[in-house]
Amino acid sequence: MTSLYETLVIERTRHPHHAGKPAHFDAQGSGANAICGDRVSIYVNRDSMDVHHESEGCAIMSASADLMADATIGKTTAQITQLAQDFAVAVATGTENPALGALNALASVSKYPSRIGCATLPWRALEEALQNV
Amino acid sequence: MSTALHDLNIAAIREDFPILTQLVHGKKLVFLDSAASAQKPRAVIDAMVQVMATQYANVHRGLHYMSEKASDKYEAVRDKVAEFINAGSRDEIVFTRNATESINLVAYTWGRASLQPGDAVAVTEMEHHANLVPWQMLRDAHGTELRIIKITDAGEIDWDSLEQIFADGRVKLLAVTQMSNVLGTYTPIERLAKFAHAHGAKILVDGCQAVVHRRIDVRAIDADFFVFSGHKLYGPTGIGVLYAKAEILESMPPFMGGGDMIASVSYEKSTWAKPPHRFEAGTPAIIETIGLGAAIDYVTAIGFDAIAAHEQALTEHALAVLPQIEGLRIIGAAQDRGGVISFVMKDAHPHDIATLLDRQGIAVRAGHHCAEPLMGRLGVTSTARASFALYTLPEEIDALAHGLERVRKIFA
Repeated sequence: MTSLYETLVIERTRHPHHAGKPAHFDAQGSGANAICGDRVSIYVNRDSMDVHHESEGCAIMSASADLMADATIGKTTAQITQLAQDFAVAVATGTENPALGALNALASVSKYPSRIGCATLPWRALEEALQNV
Repeated sequence: MSTALHDLNIAAIREDFPILTQLVHGKKLVFLDSAASAQKPRAVIDAMVQVMATQYANVHRGLHYMSEKASDKYEAVRDKVAEFINAGSRDEIVFTRNATESINLVAYTWGRASLQPGDAVAVTEMEHHANLVPWQMLRDAHGTELRIIKITDAGEIDWDSLEQIFADGRVKLLAVTQMSNVLGTYTPIERLAKFAHAHGAKILVDGCQAVVHRRIDVRAIDADFFVFSGHKLYGPTGIGVLYAKAEILESMPPFMGGGDMIASVSYEKSTWAKPPHRFEAGTPAIIETIGLGAAIDYVTAIGFDAIAAHEQALTEHALAVLPQIEGLRIIGAAQDRGGVISFVMKDAHPHDIATLLDRQGIAVRAGHHCAEPLMGRLGVTSTARASFALYTLPEEIDALAHGLERVRKIFA
């Protein structure tokens, strides 16, 4: 019906790879969407940039959080900041970016303006966490 | 269902609503979000255009032809609203921006003048934020108490909780919806009014949803205050109504100051106009008020017996069809309920449901419906909601069910 809800997004919503609060983390951030009640908490391990999330919300938001965690492992804060900017451009314009890899699965959220905030919510929570690292 | 449908010529009614022929994402629009705001019939659109094109000027001040004509048309709507809800007098009808403003007006003026710190206002767990937040603000500014009457799991008022809350005699106002915008529940409003009055309290009725579906008689209810918005009643945005009994309005100080609400003004002192003008500072929503008048004429001509029968049939149809979808759960099971149906689905978030339905041309609402505390009470963070109007077809409910099947398959 629509490319946004393709296999990867549904798959990661149902079977996330990075869900749950880890036993050890160095920083955390959170995000909430007052309009729909979506909430996400992000936990960061400073050394590995291993990210975990606790997501309570729609498929776009929780898949975005999980794919984000795929992408951040082993990266520097500067690289992650760049990734966040590239991702924000992709979901706003619908233009895929090779640097984003699997995150491009969410680029077509640009066709649903009211849902772009769902895709970027975990990234805003990550940004908050990185400020606390 | 067929009997009711024959009473109402839906095909002809749908032709009155130009927007219903629009395509959305290349699909026929299936508009199931009328509880948020209803679509507008040609009669309303034309009335507003016509007054701007032929009879427009400011009201209540011009000593010229156009102002007199516009004033007459504007004030005629006050008579129309009074008759529509069976008020005792046209002077009991105050025009506001919407029901939210009406409730804020009551909280700000009557609440501060007639309630003492320590008095309590009671609301139910199923109020819209508009009938909760103004009373919180009054509590914080004025020292009144705010009490919450529980609802049952079925989504009806818990009478034991109501009695407990009124037991100490400190509740001076019961502010309650006549129909929940989330659960579709109709509250037993006349019984609630009797209860409140027997306990020395006044009653404010949030009629936003109910006024669209049932004939309202504020005197039969014995409502002290009754509020509604024009835009849910097939009228324009920007116009709402506050009804209050004459003696209560007389006792209330003004809400906002400015033109039109005064009797006399000097630098030392101003005196207030009589109700309803005391509460209508500034140039009102003239065009929108005339649009509301046309909307009232429109629904009155169709008749609430036919509207109610049609919508009851739609509701029964939806309550039969939707639960057949695997994993779908309807929220609320009140005995007396109308065409507002909230639901959740296993594994599919309401916002994903709404987005996927939208791509099929089907408009539903998803979220907390301006009732966050109620979501908590129901144990959900949000729901999807389909709501029906006099132009809704049973086929549109079937289209919804079909669309929801597709959603279910995507998340299966």
